[in-house]
Amino acid sequence: METTDKKLQVAALANGTVIDHIPSEQLFKVVSLLRLDQIDKSVTIGNNLCSKLIGKKGIIKIADTFFKEEEINRIAILAPNAKINIIKDYEVIHKQQVSLPDELHDIIRCANPKCITNNEPMATRFEVIDKEQVVVKCCYCEQSISKDAIKIK
Amino acid sequence: MRNESLVSITDYSKEEILEVLETARLFEKNPNRRVLEGKVIATLFFEPSTRTRLSFETAVNRLGGRIIGFSDASTTSSTKGETLKDTIMMVSNYVDLIIMRHYLDGAACYAAEVSPKPLINAGDGSNQHPSQTMLDLYSIYKTQGTLENLNITMVGDLKYGRTVHSLLMAMSHFHPTFHFVAPDELKMPEEYKIYCDKLGIPYVEHHDFTEEIINQADILYMTRVQRERFTDLMEYEKVKNVYTLRNAMLAGSKDNLRILHPLPRVNEIAYDVDDNPKAYYFEQAKNGLYARQAIICKVLGIKIED
Ligand SMILES: [Zn+2]
Repeated sequence: METTDKKLQVAALANGTVIDHIPSEQLFKVVSLLRLDQIDKSVTIGNNLCSKLIGKKGIIKIADTFFKEEEINRIAILAPNAKINIIKDYEVIHKQQVSLPDELHDIIRCANPKCITNNEPMATRFEVIDKEQVVVKCCYCEQSISKDAIKIK
Repeated sequence: MRNESLVSITDYSKEEILEVLETARLFEKNPNRRVLEGKVIATLFFEPSTRTRLSFETAVNRLGGRIIGFSDASTTSSTKGETLKDTIMMVSNYVDLIIMRHYLDGAACYAAEVSPKPLINAGDGSNQHPSQTMLDLYSIYKTQGTLENLNITMVGDLKYGRTVHSLLMAMSHFHPTFHFVAPDELKMPEEYKIYCDKLGIPYVEHHDFTEEIINQADILYMTRVQRERFTDLMEYEKVKNVYTLRNAMLAGSKDNLRILHPLPRVNEIAYDVDDNPKAYYFEQAKNGLYARQAIICKVLGIKIED
């Protein structure tokens, strides 16, 4: 039953990746984090859909595209409850919850204006020091940033 | 990061710290050992710091090395928009070791990552300054005969004072008891208290700077309480003299107590303390030479024999 509900909300996908349970306000940040604005495959976006889990949710369907685990896990910084469904021939062949990696490479910006990463053309690197509360620490200036202050690069 | 570079005091294990302190002891016996003969060392000071630069350059000179570099960013190509990476790559073509001070936090870690030659951090913004910590450790080691089981009392600006944070982490190998004496606005940050808790290191926080606290201490580590750290200037006016050490306050202190201060001081140590044999801050600065000689040798893999 549940799968038919979903098909009603957003058109079905033959092959590809479905990212579900994205908080509505983060949806377009997830789009840019995964650089979906730059791919040529068909991308279907639904937003402000009803979710029992998180209130209003967004969902993204990307046709004929499969992400590497470390690539898709980066969105945990924006959508910690997101669920990934891998679709082959209209069937969900794999389901998975995103999980925050131990290190975030060049995804977020350091909040410290005096940090070298904000003054030199270079990649940022953050160590995730608290996965529950989402607290990260800059590997360069050593300052910690908590969830609400995290800015995507 | 390259293994041999020194960016933060936490790059060194307990054994490595003790090894460097032992080398520093040998340099104090004889500071003139020409182990850098034929070597060229760069001192890149993107931010002026005469005290630190003279100490490092004296260290290199007494080791027989040659120096190239600059002492102020305004005379360098970084003002023309050259990146730190490009400057490091250019300089590393010429030298065996880079000693760098930079005004940005994390600059040393990044420079050490990109540099093909080893690098010593001589201070990066408000982040790390490991040679200061090493000279603090050497001063404690020398005056107490050990680093183990000491009462280390830190006074003043414990929030922004990077020297106290690095010292705290370095001392954590040696079973210390800490006393933190600071006004509310400048208290030791949570993360360092959590760090102590995790390692089972006892610490006590105090608001008032009393003789009772001083009388238990082996090391009194004084820091500057700077006006610009306060959001409320009334608060600064209230506390600025509360954390000043005066000679009379030392009457009941332990014989082995020594007073340290990273210098320069403002008004946190009264001048009448200077003549007290327990005042150690001037010798402490001199120990910087031996500590820096020892660090240079460690980073270049040069062993010093007696
Ligand atoms: Zn940073």
